Amino acid sequence: MTDILMPALSPTMEEGTLTKWHIKAGDVVSAGQVIAEIETDKATMEVEAVDEGEVLEILVAEGSEGVKVNTPIARLAGEDGAAAPALKAEAAPAAAPEAKAEGAPADAPVKPKVELRDPEIPADAKLVKTTIRDALRDAMAEEMRRDENVFLMGEEVAQYQGAYKVSRDLLQEFGDRRVVDTPITEHGFAGLGVGAAFAGLKPIVEFMTWNFAMQAIDHIINSAAKTLYMSGGQMGCPIVFRGPNGAASRVAAQHSQDYSAWYAQIPGLKVVAPYDAADAKGLLKAAIRDPNPIVFLEHEMMYGLEFDVPDVEDYVVPIGKAKVRREGTDVTITAHSRMVGFALQAAEQLAGEGISVEVVDIRTLRPLDHETIVESVKKTNRLVSAEEGWGPMGVGAEVVARVIEHAFDYLDAPPLRVHQEDVPLPYAANLEALSLPGVDKIVAAVKKVMA
Amino acid sequence: MAKAAAQKNSPSAGDKIPNTPQASKEDLLRFYREMVLIRRFEERAGQLYGMGLIGGFCHLYIGQEAVAVGVQESVKQGYDKIITGYRDHGHMLAAGMDPNEVMAELTGRIGGSARGKGGSMHMFDVPTGFYGGHGIVGAQVALGTGLAFAGKYRGDDSVSFVYFGDGAANQGQVYESFNMAQLWKLPAIYIIENNQYAMGTSIERSSSTTELYQRGSSFGIPGEQVDGMDVLAVRDAAARAVARARAGEGPYILEVKTYRYRGHSMSDPAKYRTKEEVDEVKKTRDPIDHIKMLLAAAKATEEELKAIDNEVKAIVAEAVQFAQESPEPDPSELYTDVYVEA
Repeated sequence: MTDILMPALSPTMEEGTLTKWHIKAGDVVSAGQVIAEIETDKATMEVEAVDEGEVLEILVAEGSEGVKVNTPIARLAGEDGAAAPALKAEAAPAAAPEAKAEGAPADAPVKPKVELRDPEIPADAKLVKTTIRDALRDAMAEEMRRDENVFLMGEEVAQYQGAYKVSRDLLQEFGDRRVVDTPITEHGFAGLGVGAAFAGLKPIVEFMTWNFAMQAIDHIINSAAKTLYMSGGQMGCPIVFRGPNGAASRVAAQHSQDYSAWYAQIPGLKVVAPYDAADAKGLLKAAIRDPNPIVFLEHEMMYGLEFDVPDVEDYVVPIGKAKVRREGTDVTITAHSRMVGFALQAAEQLAGEGISVEVVDIRTLRPLDHETIVESVKKTNRLVSAEEGWGPMGVGAEVVARVIEHAFDYLDAPPLRVHQEDVPLPYAANLEALSLPGVDKIVAAVKKVMA
Repeated sequence: MAKAAAQKNSPSAGDKIPNTPQASKEDLLRFYREMVLIRRFEERAGQLYGMGLIGGFCHLYIGQEAVAVGVQESVKQGYDKIITGYRDHGHMLAAGMDPNEVMAELTGRIGGSARGKGGSMHMFDVPTGFYGGHGIVGAQVALGTGLAFAGKYRGDDSVSFVYFGDGAANQGQVYESFNMAQLWKLPAIYIIENNQYAMGTSIERSSSTTELYQRGSSFGIPGEQVDGMDVLAVRDAAARAVARARAGEGPYILEVKTYRYRGHSMSDPAKYRTKEEVDEVKKTRDPIDHIKMLLAAAKATEEELKAIDNEVKAIVAEAVQFAQESPEPDPSELYTDVYVEA
């Protein structure tokens, strides 16, 4: 004997009207046969038999309203009772999670902390003046030499040598199998790159700017970031998406946006935004080796800037560790990417006025190393966050929230955020300058928290 | 053979396949078993959904069984790669995934193929070469093109089988993918399962051109139309396309004409097509009835079929039981698999 139950026909249905029976007692039904019609708040739908056998009894008359889901509505004599599965209407999971009573865990379980350290640089190591552009190129070249599965693809990365010359000479060294010019087709090649990563390759996907990656954001978030989780750990996505992020110069709103906060919100992604050339090289090498999808945010205005890069074998900087760029005692400024430079200039200027500033370079936005920030604020008791993007729901908002959560009692003044004005970036030179955050705005904010 | 197939990509070329397809009785029995397994499995999945044991969205493959089963004959399991959208249960069973794991994933239990974290629309099984199970319409086409890229990059002769529907065929990234696949001669077989309805919108109401096998013509990708209710026609068309792709001749499009008997998902009001239309297909074009006819001609006995029916019934019953008895994932699973620990 098998009971036919009132089915749920949508994710939200709890009850419905049994409008019509197509069968009666004594009929023999087969699997797939339409046996009844049911009306829900959305639609009238047909119900098909799953089991086969003779109808012994109709339990709920047609026309009955408010029939609860899983109520027995008819009874069949099972044709083959042995193979009929024992269906239990109530989904009574064997392990009712006990944690539910206490509420879901609010935070990731605490894992034993691995101490992340920048590589030791021998005292006699040579420091080589290197542009950020070349540091990024060196990182890719070294990793491509090291691992045959690493390849670079994007618009103009090969023959043109990179729209910003970041991939200069890579085609010559590695050939067009591993340095691949794509059509202008961000959605397509981002998806293609993710598929190649699913299959075990390690693509570096260059976006000419992150602004264009909005066409590809579905693959970055839905395909790259989530698949490991949705596959129960079976399928990772070792890919690096990289390119210039943030404002360039006089290219106006569609070509000038900081995506730090956008991507830093997504579990499954790691988000890296280096400031100097050594970090650009060391963090990009780490990103290429990382088995997870990485969003690597460079800055167009900084490609040509030179910094010292230690001439050491295999310089890899760990992802997930902030760096104190300047020590100070009165106020902490957090910043990433280009804003670190402005923060350092502001610190220098403020030192002349007797204010001692500590500058924390966040470097990795996800996972955010708030311990380093919190330690700094416990010392300085004041916080200014600086970012190039918009303020609302931004990186600074997150930094401030974490500091309040972990060091509220240490704060001597409300934290302040420095960010772009809350408008699309204007084209006119004067308006553009007014909109973007810089040294002056940081100095003003520091003075305000010191007041 | 490849050339002959390539010529089909013109409006005047018919969808006829030159020779009547042949299969041994053993093959026919195997196809029958796989198709019946999918159908019985899906019927039970629908029932479990009705009982609240399966949540969210659930898209059943009933009516389309001959497509995945026919194509699978050309797949080198674990070497080639298969990818599809969210109507994926049939492909997984055809690919050789354990029905227990598939059903337990549908019920969101720890015994599921993704430990209950993916559900109906997001399932994966790397050992059988099944790369999902993707929930965003059309996304699997770019991803599958990337799977093909990886094969070519490695210099092997593996092929990527990329399934999508007539609805996805209007997504922009499909054409971005076609362009790159042909440009780089990637070994991708694009299988358009044209079941004639994108959710509730018929192909005539959604597509300026309805001959989907021609959709690659701007890119120089040949294509052909296949009767998706005839497992042998699908098998043979896939074999031709695969031979071409393995030989390095690039992508190919198979527009497989099929039909879905059930609604788009479970809550489908069925206002966009008539009951008569559905009944007519069930009566005259059913892929399982078709293979039964071939089996009768091949002198398979009622007893042989009944034995398979009973075997399948037991497999599905076991899957249903497993999917109910397997526990929900432990709360500690909440934070696993977000990142690969480096």
